[in-house]
Amino acid sequence: MATSTKGDKGKGKVAATAVAAEDEAKIAAHSDDHAGHPSDVTYWKIFAFLFAVTAVEVLLYYKSIPGVNLNNAALGILAIVKFVTVVGYFMHLKFDSRVLRRLFVTGLLLAVVVYCAYMLTLGVFLTNPGS
Amino acid sequence: MTAATATHDAHEAHGAHDAHGAHPPTSTGISNEKLAMWAFLGSECLLFGALISVYLLYKGRSASGPEPSEIYDIPFTSASSFMLLMSSLTMVLALASIQRGDHRRLRLWLLATASLGALFITGQVYEFTTFYREGLSLSTNLFGSSFFVLTGFHGVHVSLGIVMLLSLFALSARGKIPQEKAEVVEIAGLYWHFVDIVWIVIFTVVYLIP
Repeated sequence: MATSTKGDKGKGKVAATAVAAEDEAKIAAHSDDHAGHPSDVTYWKIFAFLFAVTAVEVLLYYKSIPGVNLNNAALGILAIVKFVTVVGYFMHLKFDSRVLRRLFVTGLLLAVVVYCAYMLTLGVFLTNPGS
Repeated sequence: MTAATATHDAHEAHGAHDAHGAHPPTSTGISNEKLAMWAFLGSECLLFGALISVYLLYKGRSASGPEPSEIYDIPFTSASSFMLLMSSLTMVLALASIQRGDHRRLRLWLLATASLGALFITGQVYEFTTFYREGLSLSTNLFGSSFFVLTGFHGVHVSLGIVMLLSLFALSARGKIPQEKAEVVEIAGLYWHFVDIVWIVIFTVVYLIP
C-alpha cells in the first residue's frame, strides 16, 4: 500500500515535470514569434477597418439612417468598436497578460460607473434645468 | 501541481511580451514600468471621464452663443482624426520594427508618428484660433469653457507624446535602444495609443453626436 502511494507521488511528480517542460517549450516558442503579435500586414488591415468605420461615422453625421432615429446609438457603437480594436490590437491587450487587462478595464469601468452616477445626480437628462 | 501552476503563470505573464525586455524578475512576470504605465492609463480614464462628463452636463445649457453647430467644421476635424488614427498605425509599426531589430525603420516610423501628431496639434491650434475669432473663448459660455478644457487637455497629452517620441528617436539615433529594450518603445506606444482612443471618444461625443 505504502509502495503504491510512493509510486503515485512519483507519477505525480513526473506528470508535473512533463507539464512544466511543455509550458517552458511553449514559452520558448512564444519568444520566437513575438508572443503572437499580428504581422505588419494585419496592422494595415486593422487600420483600413478603423478608417472605414470613421468614414461611416462621418457619413452618419450628415445622413440619417432611413426610417429610424438611431444615429446617436449607431455612432456610440461605432466609437466603442474603434476603441476596443485599438486597445485590443494596437495596444496588444488581446495578447497580453490578464493582469494588465484587469488593471485597465477596472479603471475604465470605474470611470464609466462613477461619471454616469455623477451625471445622473447633476441632472444630465433634465429638459428644463432651471425648473 | 505547484510547478505546473507556476509555469502556467509564467506563461500567462509571458503573454505580456516580456521576453523582449531584459527586466529584473517580478512576481507578475511583467516589468514594473509596463505595469505602472497600464495603471497610469487606467487612472487617466478617470481624468478624461471627468472632463467628458462635464462637457455632456453643460451641453445645450449655454445662456448665449455661439453653439457647437454654428462653429464646428466636421470635414476639417475628420481629417485631424484621420491623422491621429494613422499615427497609431505608424506607432505600432515602429514597435514591430524594433522587435525585429530593424533600427532604421524604427526611426522612420517614430518620426512619422511624431509628424502626424504635430499635424494634429497644428490643426487643433488652427481650430482654437478660428473659434476664438468667431467669438468663442474659455469665458464666453458653458460650452466654451468645457470644450476648450477637454480638447485642450487632450492636446497637452498629444504634445507630451510628441516629446516622448522625439526623445526615443534621438536615443535610437545614438544607438541607445537595443532590440532587447524594445519595451521602452512599447511603453511610449501605449501612451500614444491611449491619446488616440481618448480622441475616438471625444470625436464622437463632442463633434458628431448633436
